[in-house]
Amino acid sequence: MAAFPESLHLVLGEEELLVERAVRAVVASARAADPTVELRRIKVSELTAPELDEMLSPSLFSEGQVVALEAAQEAGKEIAEAILAHARQPAEGVILVVVHSGGGRAKQAKELPNALRKLDATVTECRKIAKPAEREAFVRDEVRRAGGRIDPAGVSALIETVGSDLRELSSAASQLVADTDGRVDEQAVRRYHQGRADVTGFVVAEKAVTGDRAGALEALRWALQLGVPHVLIADALAESVRTLGRVAAAGSNDTYRLASELGMPEWKARKALGQARGWNRAGVAEAMRLTAAVNADVKGQAADASYALERTVLRVIDLRAR
Amino acid sequence: MERSETGHAPDPLGDVPSGGPEPATGVWSEIVGQPDAVHALVAAARAAALRVRGESGDTGAMTHAWLFTGPPGSGRSVAARAFAAALECTAVSGDTPGCGQCSACRTVLSGTHADVQVVVPEGLSISVSEMRSLVQAAARRPSTGHWRVVLIEDADRLTEGAGNALLKAVEEPPDRTVFLLCAPSDHPADIPVTIRSRCRPIRLRTPLAGPIAEVLQERDGVPAESARWAASVCGGHIGRARRLATDPQARERREAVLRIPLGLQRFSDVYSAAGELVRLAEAEATAANEARDEAEKEELRTAMGGGGTGKGTAAATRGANAALRELEKKQKSRATRSQRDALDLALMDLAGFYRDVLATRFGSTAPLNHPDCARDVSKAATEWTSETALRRLEAVLECRTALARNVKPLFAVEALVATLHQ
Repeated sequence: MAAFPESLHLVLGEEELLVERAVRAVVASARAADPTVELRRIKVSELTAPELDEMLSPSLFSEGQVVALEAAQEAGKEIAEAILAHARQPAEGVILVVVHSGGGRAKQAKELPNALRKLDATVTECRKIAKPAEREAFVRDEVRRAGGRIDPAGVSALIETVGSDLRELSSAASQLVADTDGRVDEQAVRRYHQGRADVTGFVVAEKAVTGDRAGALEALRWALQLGVPHVLIADALAESVRTLGRVAAAGSNDTYRLASELGMPEWKARKALGQARGWNRAGVAEAMRLTAAVNADVKGQAADASYALERTVLRVIDLRAR
Repeated sequence: MERSETGHAPDPLGDVPSGGPEPATGVWSEIVGQPDAVHALVAAARAAALRVRGESGDTGAMTHAWLFTGPPGSGRSVAARAFAAALECTAVSGDTPGCGQCSACRTVLSGTHADVQVVVPEGLSISVSEMRSLVQAAARRPSTGHWRVVLIEDADRLTEGAGNALLKAVEEPPDRTVFLLCAPSDHPADIPVTIRSRCRPIRLRTPLAGPIAEVLQERDGVPAESARWAASVCGGHIGRARRLATDPQARERREAVLRIPLGLQRFSDVYSAAGELVRLAEAEATAANEARDEAEKEELRTAMGGGGTGKGTAAATRGANAALRELEKKQKSRATRSQRDALDLALMDLAGFYRDVLATRFGSTAPLNHPDCARDVSKAATEWTSETALRRLEAVLECRTALARNVKPLFAVEALVATLHQ
């Protein structure tokens, strides 16, 4: 058992797919050395310290095992200390994988990752992918893993139509590579995927306040089709109108000053300033009334919330044109 | 919910109290400026006492279900509690039940009498499950007192299902059970017609400034001048008058609200004024709930064995987390309601201002809602037309409706202030 992998692993982050992969990778490398290795997973919150001791003791017949401690951020003081004690003196043939979200309530649980790092744990970062650029990089990596290549237009088309769920993106990527000869471009994506996966209320609102009638209606229909709650769309509409109203009322073109005065990020102020063109004061006031009214409509006042939203979007666009 | 009384000033030409001598002794002294209601309730309490003793008397005076209606702050729940105390009163001397001295009276007024069930909804509504368990309790015979009393404050917060559950009990009441419901009005929006038709109404009027000022002086020890001031600006709301007289922050909040009508110069003022209004309401709600929320949480944690060590504590804590979440949900509902109530008070002050402007423009001699803002009011009355004042008043009232319909407070208030600015 010479080529056994490191006996202490820390999987840090919340992105489920990546966490799963990291655990599998550890198991795979352990099995490469010893095919009889077993994987045992258990949630930390279901454990007591003595049970943990038992799990992490070397087995009588010295077969190897991988113990994955899931949700380590919920560990209490005792468990956290027990984990660290084992990490300091690992038993032979036992590989410990601590899966930790990075957060945690108890003090010991929060400090667990750092303590494990100090003990030379192999760390795999699995942070939630939130930024568009990271998601694009993920898609490119997935296609490469499946043995294909994808161009930037293909990446954005795939994200637009499949959405932001990593599992779905991953399976779509490997499927596309299998369906094509490995070269994935926008055309290939469009051949297999149609429609839009992600339309938020803010996309609808943005198109409405900039007067894009066709675009706003299309986005609204897609959003409703995809099951975006009516309330979120109504809130986004009201929020957009009030933001552009506030920016316009402040009467300044200096986006940095606006941002600090109104307590919003600079990009938001810049965007709202752009949207404010074509609006006058009376129009904004009327749009505020409309969006407040539709807020009640989507919360049970209107017989048909979808219709109420559509009517409000159209009226807001009319107000801008005036 | 309280949509029936909107911005009405105390009516100076209110009807003269009819009926016999008004006993202002014992528990009845709690009821401020409501001679008619007290008269009817005393008669009922006397008849009830006779029935308990097995004697015949004015049999029509007592009944099994009562509906107390009146504008907010007129003392609906106070009147209902006083009546409950009179029903349970054990004093033998005198012919007016409700001495306020015996242990039954005192326990009812402090809310600990075994036979008086009080429902005070702290959340947004009264649920059907809550009502079902209450109905069950109502079916039992009184244990220590003469009557089993079920008192529901804010019966307008009954959900439809809860109302129906209650209806069954009100329809066929047990012999010695009395239901006391309180609601802003007997409008179907407030109380289901099916329940209303089975209750005897007690209508409370808006108390006049005089009696309110007296109560503030006598019961709360407020100096005469500030008592008179608070009574004159409270719009007939006794609790609000007390708060204004005793809490400087409440006074500041009111002043901030009343600065809005003449303070809207530029369009950007709309956003700052609306933000301020909502922020004040939030601050008021948090101030009212914060200490209590934390104390409740700590209590629950201790009860669920928090901080314990040893085998099995992890499992116990998991159960505790669920209970804690449940409590947090309840507290959130309570916070939403206090915030909404605080905002509603602010809107009522605002509506009062526009009503004053209208009254001044028409040359009415009716007392103003905000006599201390008379200068602002007359300035506005010369600058605005009646039409714009009315339009603004209506916008305020629409905003109240919108808030009751769960519109996000910031959106509703901003839309309102945008209208006020125009």
